[in-house]
Amino acid sequence: MSALRPTKFLRRGVAAVAAVALAGSLASCAQSERETGSTADEAGGGDFVFAASSDPVMLDPAMASDGETFRIARQQFEGLVSAKPGTTELEPLLATKWEGSEDGKSYTFTLREGVKFSDGTDFNAEAVCANFDRWYDWTGVNQSENITYYYGKLFRGFKTGKTGGIYDSCEATSPTEATVKLNTPFASFVQAMTLPAFSMQSPTALEKYNADDTQGTEEDPRFSAYATEHPTGTGPFVFDSWERDQQVVLKRNDDYWGDKAKIDRAIIRTISDPKARTQELQAGNIDGYDLVGPADVQPLKDAGFQIQNRPAFNILYLGMNQKNSALKDVKVREAIAHAIDKDAVAKSSLPQGSLTAKEFMPNMVEGYNDSVKDPAYDVDEAKKLLKEAGQEDLKLKFAYPTGVSRPYMPSPEDTFAVIKSQLEKAGIKVTPVAAKWSPDYLDMIQSKGGADKHDIHLLGWTGDYNDPDNFIGVFFGTKSYEWGFDNPDLFKALAAARQLPTREKQIPAYEKINAQIADFIPGVPLAHPAPSLAFAKGVEGYVASPVQDEVWNNVTVTR
Amino acid sequence: MLRFVIRRILLMVPVLFGLSVLLFLWVRALPGDPARALLGEKATPESIASVNAQYGFDKPLLQQYLIYTSRLLRGDFGNSPRTGEPVLGTFIQRFPATVELGVAALIFAVVVGIPLGYLAAKRAGGWLDSFAVGTSLAGVVIPVFVLAYLLKVVFAVGLHGPLHVLAFLPSSGRQSARIDATHITNFYVLDGLLTREWDASWDAVVHLILPAIALGSIPLAIIVRMTRASVIDVLNEDYVRTANSKGLAPGLITRRHVLRNALLPVVTVIGLQTGALLAGAVLTESVFAINGIGSYLFTAISNLDFAVLQGFILFIALIYAVVNLLVDLSYGVIDPRLRTR
Amino acid sequence: MTILDAEQGPIDEGLFDPPAGDERGTSLWQGAFRRLRRNPSAIVGAVIVVAFVLVAIFAPVLAPYEPAGTQWISQVTPSSVPGPSPGHLLGLDSFGSDMLTQLIYGARQSLIIGVVSTTIGLLGGAVLGLIAGGLGGWWDTGVMRIVDILLSIPSLLLAVSIAAVMGRNPFAIMIAIGAAQVPIFARLLRGSMLGQRRQDYVLAATSLGLRQRRIVMSHVLPNSLGPVIVQATLVLATAIIEVAALSYLGLGSADPAIAEWGRMLVKAQDRLQSDPRLAILPGICIAITALGFTLFGEALREALDPKSRR
Repeated sequence: MSALRPTKFLRRGVAAVAAVALAGSLASCAQSERETGSTADEAGGGDFVFAASSDPVMLDPAMASDGETFRIARQQFEGLVSAKPGTTELEPLLATKWEGSEDGKSYTFTLREGVKFSDGTDFNAEAVCANFDRWYDWTGVNQSENITYYYGKLFRGFKTGKTGGIYDSCEATSPTEATVKLNTPFASFVQAMTLPAFSMQSPTALEKYNADDTQGTEEDPRFSAYATEHPTGTGPFVFDSWERDQQVVLKRNDDYWGDKAKIDRAIIRTISDPKARTQELQAGNIDGYDLVGPADVQPLKDAGFQIQNRPAFNILYLGMNQKNSALKDVKVREAIAHAIDKDAVAKSSLPQGSLTAKEFMPNMVEGYNDSVKDPAYDVDEAKKLLKEAGQEDLKLKFAYPTGVSRPYMPSPEDTFAVIKSQLEKAGIKVTPVAAKWSPDYLDMIQSKGGADKHDIHLLGWTGDYNDPDNFIGVFFGTKSYEWGFDNPDLFKALAAARQLPTREKQIPAYEKINAQIADFIPGVPLAHPAPSLAFAKGVEGYVASPVQDEVWNNVTVTR
Repeated sequence: MLRFVIRRILLMVPVLFGLSVLLFLWVRALPGDPARALLGEKATPESIASVNAQYGFDKPLLQQYLIYTSRLLRGDFGNSPRTGEPVLGTFIQRFPATVELGVAALIFAVVVGIPLGYLAAKRAGGWLDSFAVGTSLAGVVIPVFVLAYLLKVVFAVGLHGPLHVLAFLPSSGRQSARIDATHITNFYVLDGLLTREWDASWDAVVHLILPAIALGSIPLAIIVRMTRASVIDVLNEDYVRTANSKGLAPGLITRRHVLRNALLPVVTVIGLQTGALLAGAVLTESVFAINGIGSYLFTAISNLDFAVLQGFILFIALIYAVVNLLVDLSYGVIDPRLRTR
Repeated sequence: MTILDAEQGPIDEGLFDPPAGDERGTSLWQGAFRRLRRNPSAIVGAVIVVAFVLVAIFAPVLAPYEPAGTQWISQVTPSSVPGPSPGHLLGLDSFGSDMLTQLIYGARQSLIIGVVSTTIGLLGGAVLGLIAGGLGGWWDTGVMRIVDILLSIPSLLLAVSIAAVMGRNPFAIMIAIGAAQVPIFARLLRGSMLGQRRQDYVLAATSLGLRQRRIVMSHVLPNSLGPVIVQATLVLATAIIEVAALSYLGLGSADPAIAEWGRMLVKAQDRLQSDPRLAILPGICIAITALGFTLFGEALREALDPKSRR
């Protein structure tokens, strides 16, 4: 290296000095934000790391409608009522008692005493009314379906702008008693209060952080500081931090009124690829995740992981589009129903524990009718009916979605392949039509332009809470491009049943409607697939809920 | 030198301009109403109207293009209709992850590829040569996501049976969720060094190993081949023969002449492979759940989020142009003969 | 996506040892053929390519069952797919079709996609390259700027963009992959034509008063073909791999049970741990075929390289 010329040497030297100086100055302004001393194992509780499929939209459940936002909200917020762990039955939460009036237009809630929001303010009847009024008073962008879907859908209107809602007023008759008045009966009102969208939030914090100050446009909202940084509820966890697309960290609420959380922190990591979630669990980087792929269940069990089946509160169906003239004939629709072996569909393409379906709602929903007609699997009968209808050479375009896994449809490709081969056995020719789940598939199934592109299709639904209208009302309430039929009797019956003031009166009406649907055969209800959750060996105290009402305060993790 | 730089930058302008025209026409060519194509499943009549107003899809074509370009020039790449977030902001936030991965992949390719290519050249025709050539071909014929999965299953998740011991690396993400790390620049390795959280930095490095090998297989192939070829060439050059006959130590010859000359192709490869690396990152990041721009694009493709795709392609072209400018400039530094050009 | 990009130029550093021997007095192609015969990797490549083409053509004769049959789907469950048995030498696939049949028909599918997309790329590139290299001047500048722009987009992304516009039909993928190769072929053809134009024989023809078009068509073009043929061979390999990548990105064919290697490979990722056979078999097919075309293409490039004749 004797050949090193002085100029070069000098240049390098300068560069080196500059580099060191730069690094030094960067380091001096870079400060570790670590809290020293408070490591996880000190308190004995540790962390519970759960993998979610996507980031929450934001943290204020009142403005959300997606499962991942709700999952996080359920840890921090509580509603007036909740679903009993593992069921769809109502259970007291912030309200200890409730009573509906005979006409179905007034509900009185008796509130739990001694509950505080995590900002230290009291939870009382005034806070309840403040929340109801907050929803009712929303204006502008906040009224859009994209933001406040559930309030808009269930209460159907606001004070100004999109008026005509069913909410009338809320009155705090005493600190522990609030009465909500409606101007139209809504039999599922109390059930709807189990939704995180209607959980109770601290009025003080809502105001302090301008919760309703949503900027931007309907399709591109910019949420307030409250919704992104300061969610404040009464739940067993409080918000700690949110690193976009990475993770949300929640801390134990040490002042929680109920069973305090056993873990110190709940970390919800975002891992969008389902296979990556499985592998993270196997590698020990996470403690649990939702929506286990059917193919992963057995290998995970074999490797000693825990699998929990969520009681199926959903329906997977084969839709038929009566825009196709062949499908207008009920004999053809019945033939298709006979051609499908639901047991085989469940066995080959759905997770263990899935049940076959005979109507368009699971049996735990009130209004389920045990005695409806269910066409049995019978290929000869199917062929006979097709012959009677003069459709021996029936050709159908069969649509299914790709790139998606839904709780009610964990692997659409596989389900499609099974049904296709069954239909072919009955002599029906099938042309596959595949489309991306979002936006193409839903667009094709539900919009006018797509009506000619599919004759039969796969779709389903997960219920929000125990309400028959939340199933069959969604599917068959009005004329739609998805089904392409016009059945005024059915539409009228559904509209009438929805208006009945109490559940007791609704049940017989919906049972009748279910029988009516079974005779009409608009589609084939296939199954209620059981979504599975997977956990590491040391996780205990997690109770899977059919309506995803899962709060993690009793979860423990031992490593 | 300065004139060269200015000329090169000026040359980039028509290319980027042309690309913006192509991308503009591309969205127009998408099936269906462009506003609907951009908005996706949440399209309502009102939102379609507002996008039409925003992009002026109801105006004459030329005027639409002007609106589009003026937005671009203001740094407004539009918003993703799916997430509502601005495309450019998301890119900037996610870019460090991809740069970190790309650099790690190049380091892997260089550290493995140059010695391999060098040894192959020295023993041209021998088994080492065949091995080097074979390795470089493996990178070509195995799809990158398949390689990524294989690495992940073997070295992170673990096979059944005795081979399970091989699984000692993290399977996904950029840092363990259980590590409490402070992030300043979003380059996690760097952040750990700056804040002296050494464990966080190390953890980030360990997370990079498998993705870097998978992605690095793309440039590895070229680096091996180019190093091998240029070393063979250089070894046959007169000045090396002279040096040899002068009795200079072989190590010195290698350092002074051979490797220096071999650097040239490597730099070229970096320039040429930027695009391929970014495309490979789409697949690699999604396999390893790394939240960079690659996995963002993967989601955009899966959801046909055209606003993001449009912005991303422009962004990649820009990066490609800048990297190639830097590469051209570095030629002058590495090879004095090219300086006068 | 792969390293086989045009920037390397048609005449690249050789991978393999220059063959020895005196070849004076033979034409370019005769010499190339002779060199190919002496190159072991060319022979390996050629054998793979020929075997692949034969399997693809005679798939109906070779395959034991109908493709995409899904007849045995009742034997498949989410946690298990039946493995090899006397009736199914390689077992079933996850849709209940015979694996061996699917792989054999997959070769046919790959050949079709490869040939069609390469032809599209070649024709498109030839048109652009001819305009640029043949007409020169402003035409050259204009066309090559467009080519530059397209080259700055990675070919996989270009293919994705095109596939998105085309919608989901059987030809979308072929057109997408083929169109993504157009700029590469265009640059290649132009470069090699410009190289030829400077040759003495072109000068001679020009001085003899032959018309420009005549010179291009009957002299320059034929002599520029070598590198293009090499590139076409290599693009076939790229196409087979890119189909897999596009399937991975969810842009594959509508029928999930179709006999297509990339599609099968992607589908098998779900069961990678429980049944690696499902991924390994189509993976091997893709790798071997791509290897065959790559080896053969590289050897051909080497053989046609005038430098290697020294």
